[in-house]
Amino acid sequence: MAPYASDDNTTAGEVDEQRSGRRKAARYVVPVTVMGVAAATIGLVPALADSGDPDLPKITAQQLIEKIAKSDVEQLSGTVKISTDLGLPNLGGLESSLMSGAAGRGEGGSSADPTAKLTELASGTHTLRVAADGPEKQKLSLLENAAEYSVIHNGKDVWGYDSKSNEVYHGTVSESPKGDKERQPPALPKDFAEEALKAVDDTTSVTVDGTAQVAGRDAYKLLIKPKQSGSTVGAVTVAVDAKTGMPLKFTLTPASGGAAVVDAGFTQVSFAKPAASNFDFTPPKGAKVTEEKEAGKDFDEKSDKGEARRHAPKSGDDLGKGLDGMKTIGEGWNSIAVFDTGGEGMPSGEAGGGELGGFMDSLGDKVTGKFGSGTVFSTRLVNALMTDDGKVYVGMVTKDALVKAADAGK
Amino acid sequence: MSRAEVAGTVRPVSPLWTLGLLRNELATTFRRWRTLALLAVLAGVPVLVGIAIKIETSDGSSPGGGGGPAFISQITNNGLFLVFTALAATLPFFLPMAVGVVAGDAIAGEANAGTLRYLLVAPAGRTRLLLTKYATVVLFCLAATLVVALSALTVGALLFPLGDLTTISGTRISFAEGLGRALLIALAVAASLIGVAALGLFVSTLTNSGIAAMATTVGLLITVQILDQIPQLHALQPYFFSHYWLSFADLMREPVYWDELAKNLGLQALYAAVFGSAAWARFMAKDITA
Repeated sequence: MAPYASDDNTTAGEVDEQRSGRRKAARYVVPVTVMGVAAATIGLVPALADSGDPDLPKITAQQLIEKIAKSDVEQLSGTVKISTDLGLPNLGGLESSLMSGAAGRGEGGSSADPTAKLTELASGTHTLRVAADGPEKQKLSLLENAAEYSVIHNGKDVWGYDSKSNEVYHGTVSESPKGDKERQPPALPKDFAEEALKAVDDTTSVTVDGTAQVAGRDAYKLLIKPKQSGSTVGAVTVAVDAKTGMPLKFTLTPASGGAAVVDAGFTQVSFAKPAASNFDFTPPKGAKVTEEKEAGKDFDEKSDKGEARRHAPKSGDDLGKGLDGMKTIGEGWNSIAVFDTGGEGMPSGEAGGGELGGFMDSLGDKVTGKFGSGTVFSTRLVNALMTDDGKVYVGMVTKDALVKAADAGK
Repeated sequence: MSRAEVAGTVRPVSPLWTLGLLRNELATTFRRWRTLALLAVLAGVPVLVGIAIKIETSDGSSPGGGGGPAFISQITNNGLFLVFTALAATLPFFLPMAVGVVAGDAIAGEANAGTLRYLLVAPAGRTRLLLTKYATVVLFCLAATLVVALSALTVGALLFPLGDLTTISGTRISFAEGLGRALLIALAVAASLIGVAALGLFVSTLTNSGIAAMATTVGLLITVQILDQIPQLHALQPYFFSHYWLSFADLMREPVYWDELAKNLGLQALYAAVFGSAAWARFMAKDITA
């Protein structure tokens, strides 16, 4: 086994070995190629689908807003993907219990109660299915893992069905069908767009920012931007269907950059009449049915409050309806709501304010200024300053703007 | 252990020969006590679930209480839902484990028993043998799923009422359509196992020990399912073979939500292509010593 002895006869053997080794290795090219092709397809297909903004006739922002207002889509069905990233700390179960607590899911409530269920939309990514056939028939379903939560409005009846727990919630709409619609939290791009357009005044710049393809349809992009500085809102983009004037996608990006705070858009939409069977609902055998009255008479009152709370960031006016003793300072996007909680220093309106006090403290940042000292709670969109003497300043403005407002208020 | 008497009959290989090989493989696989025991365990799961729910709800309470596998709260109203619950309960572990055992055994088991070289003496060719083995495993996936579904249907019909059913979207469909959807769901579940089958076959070509191949496949299965639960890995999770398994429940929506089902099928096809070709590359170059 001397190293030199083998020198003579290696050449032939090694070449053979190398060749067969190469042939062995060559076969593995197949699985590697398959993987490469798959990776390329996954990477390229969305990029290809994205490219090629449609050519549409020019339109002014004013015309586009009128188009949205005139839009009278009554029949549609589709799938909506909604992602919200408010930058709230991840509280897991606590967060949802807070949310539902605040939204009026009292004791004896049903898991099929629409108000309780749809507040889940306030965080994370969700897939919704919508179907509508005129003002009398609507259906909204929240797709969950192997389960679904549906709200079905058909004529006088409003049904909530939670397939996971097999529970049914039943309510009736005696007033105009509109009342029911307003009770639901905003979920569709249209709802968000309407809220955003309400806030349009002379502090806002509205422009048409090219075109895009949304859910396979040609759409105009409407760009809404606050003119003033100090707002946490960077820009709002609404993609409006060129044919029907229906908002198809709503994106709200914060001024601080990063991912969108709210991104709600159709991934698939059809303006054909949905099958009538979609809106027929009879509670399945053995399902637990909760009637609206049993669930608590204060349902309406509570849901109104919840509504105001959710809409608060959207416009100062809405907030005014829900809370007494509130003032608004500033205008447009920079408006700050001020209210006095009565010297407690912690929000009494929130569920379980007392025991949460210490916990909430740990979430905020201490600030001091001419007004004294206080705590700032920040999210990616809404900031709130709570002074030690019990005043609360809330707005979609930066921390500095809040402190300035508090200083001015002194 | 396939008998290869047919081998000498035709010199230019006819397609019938492949079918004969497949028939032989199927017969040996399904005649094994091990396979029959696996199928018996699978058939037992719906029986257990059905009896447990019957006992739990005998006092009129509702089953599951919001927890447990999908659809469990509906079983007492309609026995057909036991099919969906049983498939949801067996899909994460029992079904892929059975497939992992059969797939892991496919090549390594023959090598272990010393029969692989005799199989290759017949003019079947390695590629053809590998394809036959894979076809056998895929047919086992289908058989195992159907065993669960049929056992669940029988138990459901015996213990609970049948009739029109409510989809998870809240609409009603007739019992016949429900049966049709149950069949579609069984097919979707069987197709979900194609990826594990290809992975098991690849592992099986790596070793000469059948036990090692089975253990590795089942171990990989458990590891992937654990990794699928870790939120920090969410960027990788869409590529785990088990990620879209529960999408079969989308067939119970009205209208059916196809997005995730299509993703699941695409992912399984990708696994079959990658690990199938890797198994081929390995098997073609393998030294057959036993």
